Amino acid sequence: MHWGLFFEQAPFGGVQYYQWLLRGFAVTVELSVCAWVVAFLAGSVFGIMRTLPHRAFRAAGGFYVAVFRNIPLIAQFFVWYLVVPELLPGSLGRDLKAMDPEIQFFILAVACLGLFTGGRICEQVRSGIQAQSRGQLSAGLALGLTLPQCYRHVIMPNAYRIIMPPMTSEILNMIKNSAVASTIGVIDLSAQANRLLEYSARPYESFIAITLAYVTLNFTVMFLMRLLERKIRVPGSTGGRHV
Amino acid sequence: MIYINKISKWYGHFQVLNNCSAGIKKGEVVVVCGPSGSGKSTLIKTVNGLEPVQAGEIIVDNTVVTDRRTDMAGLRARVGMVFQHFELFPHLSVMQNLVLPQRKVLKRSREEAEEKAMGLLQRVGMQEHAGRHPGQLSGGQQQRAAIARALCMDPVAMLFDEPTSALDPEMIKEVLTVMVTLAYEGMTMIVVTHEMGFARQVAHRILFMDEGRIVEDTPKDIFFKTPQTLRAVDFLSKIIH
Repeated sequence: MHWGLFFEQAPFGGVQYYQWLLRGFAVTVELSVCAWVVAFLAGSVFGIMRTLPHRAFRAAGGFYVAVFRNIPLIAQFFVWYLVVPELLPGSLGRDLKAMDPEIQFFILAVACLGLFTGGRICEQVRSGIQAQSRGQLSAGLALGLTLPQCYRHVIMPNAYRIIMPPMTSEILNMIKNSAVASTIGVIDLSAQANRLLEYSARPYESFIAITLAYVTLNFTVMFLMRLLERKIRVPGSTGGRHV
Repeated sequence: MIYINKISKWYGHFQVLNNCSAGIKKGEVVVVCGPSGSGKSTLIKTVNGLEPVQAGEIIVDNTVVTDRRTDMAGLRARVGMVFQHFELFPHLSVMQNLVLPQRKVLKRSREEAEEKAMGLLQRVGMQEHAGRHPGQLSGGQQQRAAIARALCMDPVAMLFDEPTSALDPEMIKEVLTVMVTLAYEGMTMIVVTHEMGFARQVAHRILFMDEGRIVEDTPKDIFFKTPQTLRAVDFLSKIIH
């Protein structure tokens, strides 16, 4: 083992090897945060749609899940990378292709990973809504709340509490899945590790380093989610610690 | 106050309500009873439009419930409903449960809503539990809070859907006491219940339902002394021990 490796000068960029890894770590964090925002919003919107009384909304939600959950992630990445820029209408596609490739690949990766994860969040949101008794919605409506008000103030706050544990797993999965983005040219943590391997020919050090980096990131997420879960726990509920 | 005119409802081919008609005057207390599956709960839920009907007409306080153009939220805000399983919102404290609909539907200020809520919690004997969450309360306490929540909206009528059926026996009394007081104060009430003691004490009329029909609509004394149908005689003999 040669741990001094990380402080050796990298062949280009005028930096040391550890700075490659740090840069990759930052990209992985940025990609994960942005993709999570997309996933949470898309998953919530389509998940809610799947529970609405109107058939067209339910069908649209079902279509979204069917598309994004049934195609392998790596295939989706290549569709976004190769096909989507060509399909975008007129100037939008041109603008995208004219961008700095690093930014272009990042945007496509956020969209791809976000919508893929959103398909899974969608089903969790739906199950969180349907896990509650129909009486909750009836009670909200009976008080004169509108359907959107019922969702906003009654159904969703409880749905998110219910699905907190599987949603945490989903975030962790998403962070791990973000490594696939390196196949379309995003220089994230795994891409940097590969590069490090190529230039230094030291597989053990390179992959132990990124393993630790991913583990650190995921442990941080687990810790934060546990804090959040505790913070929003409803007094008297059985959702938290059993007394 | 409430007119139910020849309503019918089907779930697929199964008819749950069959040509039901009834009228409830202001201040009247009507108890709906009958065997399970006879359509009592469905009937009461059609009154505030929670269950749509396929035929017939319902008018509540001069508002046509069965008209598609009716502002249902506005109507429901004026008709209180109490459920078998309480249906308090579990993530909110009792106080927040009472304040939320007042603020969102009636646009009351926080102070006004809290004052109203506190007054009603006192009436149902729940003022000490205002800050607690539903999961920390007994069934009887939850149901009293749910009644207070419905009353916060200053309803013109109250619907009770088996309000004591999910309660332990020793908690039934505390909920019935609140309902009896409400009845004596002149609230218009439709109550689906098997509590014949309550019916005897405060009901003006009994609607007896069987297989989706209202088979008897009689003043309570007549219903208990000389029921008109064999089905009602049979029913009473089974539930009065």
